[in-house]
Amino acid sequence: MTPTHTDKQYESELANLREKLLLMGAKVEGMIVDAMRSLVERDDAVAKMVIERDAEIDRMEVEIDEMALQLLALRQPAASDLRFITNAMKIVTDLERIGDLSTNIAERSVELSKEPQLRPYVELQREAAAVRTMLRDALDAFVSRDAARAEAVRERDREVDILHRQIFQELQGLMKESPANVERGMRLAFISKYLERIADHATNLSEAVVFLVQGRDIRHTPKTPSSTGK
Amino acid sequence: MNKLSTRKLTVRYGEKIAVKPTDLDMPAKRVTALIGPSGCGKSTFLRCLNRMNDLVEGARVEGKVLLDEKDIYDSRQDPVVVRRRVGMVFQRSNPFPKTIRENVAYGLRIGGMKARSELDARVEWALKASALWEEVKDRLDESALSLSGGQQQRVCIARALAVEPEVLLMDEPASALDPIATAKIEELIHELREQYTVVIVTHNMQQAARVSDFTAFFYMGDLVEYGATTKIFTNPSETRTEDYITGKFG
Repeated sequence: MTPTHTDKQYESELANLREKLLLMGAKVEGMIVDAMRSLVERDDAVAKMVIERDAEIDRMEVEIDEMALQLLALRQPAASDLRFITNAMKIVTDLERIGDLSTNIAERSVELSKEPQLRPYVELQREAAAVRTMLRDALDAFVSRDAARAEAVRERDREVDILHRQIFQELQGLMKESPANVERGMRLAFISKYLERIADHATNLSEAVVFLVQGRDIRHTPKTPSSTGK
Repeated sequence: MNKLSTRKLTVRYGEKIAVKPTDLDMPAKRVTALIGPSGCGKSTFLRCLNRMNDLVEGARVEGKVLLDEKDIYDSRQDPVVVRRRVGMVFQRSNPFPKTIRENVAYGLRIGGMKARSELDARVEWALKASALWEEVKDRLDESALSLSGGQQQRVCIARALAVEPEVLLMDEPASALDPIATAKIEELIHELREQYTVVIVTHNMQQAARVSDFTAFFYMGDLVEYGATTKIFTNPSETRTEDYITGKFG
């Protein structure tokens, strides 16, 4: 194990920040799952619960930012502590956006439940499952400080992009067939887009983990497995 | 361009080894900070760079210290000349119980400068270079001991600069000063690096981060890591460096 900080108070402040981030991550992951459940099961009550949970995510974002700011001001962190705290401030934005996007899925699902189902949601569920796994792996990589695992998350963003494009094309076809399909088709296309955006945020998160662990900034670099990873 | 370099520099106090064989290059017109816990050898290392350890009882120095690629420990080198080229400022400001003017002119007089006008010009220059001139120009003939701690420290810096050294060694130059006086010293260091090579020992890691271009981390007589200060403070390579600067020691 890595040694702990001589200053126990500092150590526990860092631990609190980390736990709070993980808790927030777990909560937004749950929101994705429930938002998709509300869609598939056409359950408005579940959708409303997702929408209500967003306020808590927003609150956590503000709290985490405050904690990070205080640590920066009072502790003058360096090296991996500094990378962790500055990253926390970025990660929290991604998590908050994932919360928003999950809320958007729940909103569209409430609208969709008012009309007959346009088509089975098999591909959307596949997309959602892929996105959720990306988020969970990114969070796990964060916990275990596993840069290789984080980089693998980034690689999977491409799969989600391809799924999204397929879904979008199929929906386009349905909408061209009949104007009656357009409203539902649009809503479903939005949901697919929200999921694709969540995957982008999970990608940001995984890039942050690589920076946190290795101090290597892989943003805006080609998504191919690095041979220099340590 | 390296102004100062050590090659297998080793220091022993009797049986005890204080600095293990160390190779370190200190680039010209840059600030190099030496950090590490108490007893890590950083001050001992610093004192080798102008042969101050010659004056320490029981200290034995081996290896080379190259100043412009010439070994200052070579028997043909005059330590007095070395110390004029490599000046030093200490932790406790130590002005002589003389006037401000005489403090700054001290090294010049020893060096044989006599003409009043020449001395005055150089005193003014040195006090300006140490960012003290505006504060003391009307009281040059008052005792240096009447100044505040921060001002006394800058008198000492002016005294060191007056003889026009090429390198300035600083051993905890701000550790006894309040934050404002510290900020002035740090700003001064920043300005000095335009013309001088500075090597500074500090316990204050934020100070090392603020003032230096390069940082060397010593631990138990070992040079553990040396690199650009931005690298050392954001992403050090060595676990021991990481542990020290994040406060995970002891």
